[in-house]
Amino acid sequence: MKSRSLLVFALLAAAACGGKKPAETPAPAPAPAPIDSTAIKARMRQDSINAAEARARAAADAAARAAAQLQAQLSAEVSAMIHFDFDKADIKPEDQANLDRKAAILKANPGLSIQIAGNCDNRGSDEYNLALGNRRAAAAQRYLINQGVSASQITIVSYGEERPVNPANDEAAWAENRNDQFTPTAGGNNLVAPK
Amino acid sequence: MRAAVALGLLVLAAAPLRAQDPIDRGVRVGITYTAGTRPRLVLLPGAGLDSVRAILQRDLDFSDRFEVLPLESGSAASGSTVNYQLYRTLGAEYGVDVRSDAAGVVVRLHDIGSGTVRQQQPFPLPAQSAPGFRMAVHRVSDEVVRWVTGTPGVAATRLVVLMNKRAYRVDSDGADVTPITPASETVLSPTWSPDGRYVAYTRFLDGAGPIMLHDLATGRAQRVFGTESQLNFTPAFSPDGRSLAFARTDQQGGTDIYAVNVTDQCCLRRLTVGRFADNLSPTYAPDGRRIAFVSTRPGTPQIYAMSSDGTDQELLAPYDYGATGPSNAPEWSPDGASVAFHRDIDRAPQVFILEVGSRRFKQLTSSGRNSDPTWAPDGRHLAFVSDRSGRAQVWIIDTETGRIRQLSLTGEVRLPHWSRRFGAASP
Repeated sequence: MKSRSLLVFALLAAAACGGKKPAETPAPAPAPAPIDSTAIKARMRQDSINAAEARARAAADAAARAAAQLQAQLSAEVSAMIHFDFDKADIKPEDQANLDRKAAILKANPGLSIQIAGNCDNRGSDEYNLALGNRRAAAAQRYLINQGVSASQITIVSYGEERPVNPANDEAAWAENRNDQFTPTAGGNNLVAPK
Repeated sequence: MRAAVALGLLVLAAAPLRAQDPIDRGVRVGITYTAGTRPRLVLLPGAGLDSVRAILQRDLDFSDRFEVLPLESGSAASGSTVNYQLYRTLGAEYGVDVRSDAAGVVVRLHDIGSGTVRQQQPFPLPAQSAPGFRMAVHRVSDEVVRWVTGTPGVAATRLVVLMNKRAYRVDSDGADVTPITPASETVLSPTWSPDGRYVAYTRFLDGAGPIMLHDLATGRAQRVFGTESQLNFTPAFSPDGRSLAFARTDQQGGTDIYAVNVTDQCCLRRLTVGRFADNLSPTYAPDGRRIAFVSTRPGTPQIYAMSSDGTDQELLAPYDYGATGPSNAPEWSPDGASVAFHRDIDRAPQVFILEVGSRRFKQLTSSGRNSDPTWAPDGRHLAFVSDRSGRAQVWIIDTETGRIRQLSLTGEVRLPHWSRRFGAASP
């Protein structure tokens, strides 16, 4: 016990002697403007901080842009319309990839809910078109549910021929107006990309 | 003397009209009806009452029951006696004499052939500036039609139509176009209650469409029980006004017909179970026991019928599978004998009448697109939408004579529905 106390004392004494060398006296130089090394260091430090922050901001901006771009892309994919043949409510083969992508996004975002609105051109009977629009909305709804989307994420509605995308009266307009429109009703922000 | 000259010219002018009358459609039951002709009627000249005469003259012409001889208004102030001989030379069988009295007018129907007054009656009329004036004059003309034919005319009626997503009412002669719903709302499927007090329609919202019961006297609209959710459309009143049948979408993509007790706002019942077919556009038979409707069960929409409780469903209007175009918008005639609807021929809708007893059709239109027929209360006139003039307008056809006239309205018109007759209590 005693021997250990002595050792500690010796070590402390040695350390004290080492830090206490006699001070050298340099030749007195002509006194230049005193360099404020503390200020320089502070400035350099600040510059590096600023640069780092700028880099971080740029990175954050880029990330935000990328995220916004992804959000916009996901939103666009969720909202992309599908189209129908005259007096038909069958999903066309060329729209399946569109719906598959919607299904993946909906599954990756269980908080996302959408309304599917079925629309018709103005050639059929006005009131029959309300029923046809509902069939069209249900066709997409059924497709998505078959892809594993929860039924609770989808509501359907029909606008018949009441809300044409293109008010013109020709084949091109009619083709545009026979569609399903997809609108997020909840959880449409901060979508997660499907893996 | 001047009048006699004017009338003499009329004889020459009127004679060729006979040749233009539609040919033989069979002898009608009636005192003076003969095949292919309408009895000639003249509104006897008199002092004053120009606007009354003008409305009567047009109503009697629009009744399609008479050939109304044109007379310059006020061309001859007749005395107390009627120059029967003069009108006999014109070929007139009836003369209608209108004179003022303290409360309104006294109307006399003269039988020109026998030179006697066949009927006369005083009719109180409101002031010409009062809102009920035109309708009161329409009721006078409907009564004159009844004196001659046994059946009242349909001048004292209105149509409800859609123009630019708004419901309007318009008198049967095209006058007094009045909006019912505000410009801020989109509505569909307007329909009269049998008593003319209400118009029911779909208020078209973003995710739903309730049916509203709009009280025309107060302007207040009340949501119909059972139509809070989903899209509810094509409402139709039962003839007693107690039930409202309508179509309703579901979340599985289907559309089915329901009925609700609209006087007690209760008792929603489902009348069809479509599963893979849609059912819509119900219309009650006048006895209230049958409902005609549209069903897509054959693949295309066609006209079916069922009991008003939903049982006993059957195909009503025959069709050829795969060949007949879609058939829509049925409306049962007030006499129960027919159902009017439209059916696509070469992708353009045309108006048809189905005789319910024989299941035989009559195609009424062929030029342009003609759709959404609706019956006048006489079961003889039909209004429908046609684009034959270049834009969608309401046209009125007399199914007996084939005479047709346009109900001129500004803008595109859709989905007309004709009221029943308005009683004296209506404005």
